[in-house]
Amino acid sequence: MQNAADLVAPAISSQASPRHGKPALRRVHWLLIASAIFLSILFIGVPMLVIFTYAFRGGVAVYFSQITQPATLHAIWLTVLTAIVVVPINMLFGICVAWLVTRFRFPGRRLLITFVEIPFSVSPIVAGVTYLFLYGSQGLLGPLLDSYDIKIMFTVPAIFLVSLFVTSPFVARELIPLMQAQGSEDEEAAITLGATGLQTFFYVTLPNIRWALLYGAVLCNARVMGEFGAVSVVSGAIRGQTNTLPLQIELLFNDYNVTGAFAASSTLALIAVVTLVLKYILERKQTS
Amino acid sequence: MPLFSKFSRRGILPGFGLTLGVTLLYFVIIVALPLLAMLYKSVNLGWGDFWTIISSERALATYRITVGAAALATMFNALFGVLLTWVLVRYDFPGRRFLDAVVDLPFALPTAVAGLALVTVFSANGWFGQYLEPLGIKVAYAPLGIALAMMFTSIPFVIRTVQPVLEDVATDVEEAARSLGASNWQIFSRIIWPAIFPAFIAGCSLSFARSLGEFGAIVFISGNLPFETEVMSLLVFIRLDEYDYPAAAALATVMLVTAFVMLFITNSIQAWQLRYAERS
Repeated sequence: MQNAADLVAPAISSQASPRHGKPALRRVHWLLIASAIFLSILFIGVPMLVIFTYAFRGGVAVYFSQITQPATLHAIWLTVLTAIVVVPINMLFGICVAWLVTRFRFPGRRLLITFVEIPFSVSPIVAGVTYLFLYGSQGLLGPLLDSYDIKIMFTVPAIFLVSLFVTSPFVARELIPLMQAQGSEDEEAAITLGATGLQTFFYVTLPNIRWALLYGAVLCNARVMGEFGAVSVVSGAIRGQTNTLPLQIELLFNDYNVTGAFAASSTLALIAVVTLVLKYILERKQTS
Repeated sequence: MPLFSKFSRRGILPGFGLTLGVTLLYFVIIVALPLLAMLYKSVNLGWGDFWTIISSERALATYRITVGAAALATMFNALFGVLLTWVLVRYDFPGRRFLDAVVDLPFALPTAVAGLALVTVFSANGWFGQYLEPLGIKVAYAPLGIALAMMFTSIPFVIRTVQPVLEDVATDVEEAARSLGASNWQIFSRIIWPAIFPAFIAGCSLSFARSLGEFGAIVFISGNLPFETEVMSLLVFIRLDEYDYPAAAALATVMLVTAFVMLFITNSIQAWQLRYAERS
């Protein structure tokens, strides 16, 4: 399959292919290639393999009985729900940021781009802690929320909020370089010809950025579904209520239910594989 | 939107006020306000209490363990990253595109899943652990496991920062050097290495920063023993569990400040790299 892909699109650097050059050099080439592949199998391939091997260790029937445990099913549902809520909001935010910083010049523009990317450099644990000190009973807004009898910490909305924080830069980061490179001539032409702002966006901008937008959304989704540290701080991890799939994996593992933990993990590992396949396809669509 | 009309007059495209408003509002509510709330909590502690918490024996041990393991993980990823990037960019072999795609797996795979997989492979009766432990190499529930978890979760950083730069190194310069009699090693050390070095350092600092804050993969494999296999993020989590909120705030603030320092360093390196690219 990979060979077929190579035939369709010749490698960028075939001029340095190991097929050329002196025999001694060729041996070095193949040695480097072999060690790169060996290390990749060792550190990336084996962990992936172990997940599916252990998940199906007891056979397909055991796998499905583990996956369909009520607590695991609920965790899957909550994880999907979080993605359904968080990904569209962060797509809209990403579009807003990208439009703002690529279509206008204004003071503080570079600083804004740096600020928007802050969540990438904050540890997931710290992200969770910051929300605790805003909405928790010890937090800044705690007394206010208490007086209205509103509880945010250790509830599902807290999981949504902290996931919004952690994944807010994903879409913007994909769109900014692309929209910067494309320039705004197309949009300016549309506006000059009398299109409204929304028409310009939907008929001119969106078709140009759709694959990168989808690509950002896919990466955002993978992170939302897999987030562990930040969610574990704010969720309270109540079984069957505020337990997402990654938290459920830890619970099962601590309960010595290894097969259950791996069965739950295999669903997330599958999502990771689908993410990579989509990433590969979307990247090629955007550049072609 | 009359407030912003001064700026929006610069172009004919609409939406400046709207996108600026939405961006700032969202950023303040989702990102800035929580960060400030935590810093406020820390500041309220007073310098004396804050210092006592962050300089306690147990906290100091977590800094040592975290930084040591992150340094080890980053060193490995630096070597592995350069090797993999070189192979992916310079050679053509069956499965190259597949390998290029698979490299991103550690970013796509949830950290908890990675931690579970790694601890299973390296525990005493795991696929690798059963051969390593008799040799006296303990990975699971040991500092080495922490480094391994950090390494796995940050594998793609060096590769993805160096790859585009290495692709841009002009082969005609190399051919000129070769025709003038330069050896392969001379070409690499004098032409290629200086060109990719800033990107390489930027990738390493990203990898190191990510390792300092890693949590999900580490809790599974570290064993979580105070003074031995306890990292910074874990101590914050433990303090929360004990309802010791001031300590959690102070320690999380240390992590946040460290992250900002790393962000500043990485941004400076990338600015330097940009200047370098423009000059050459």
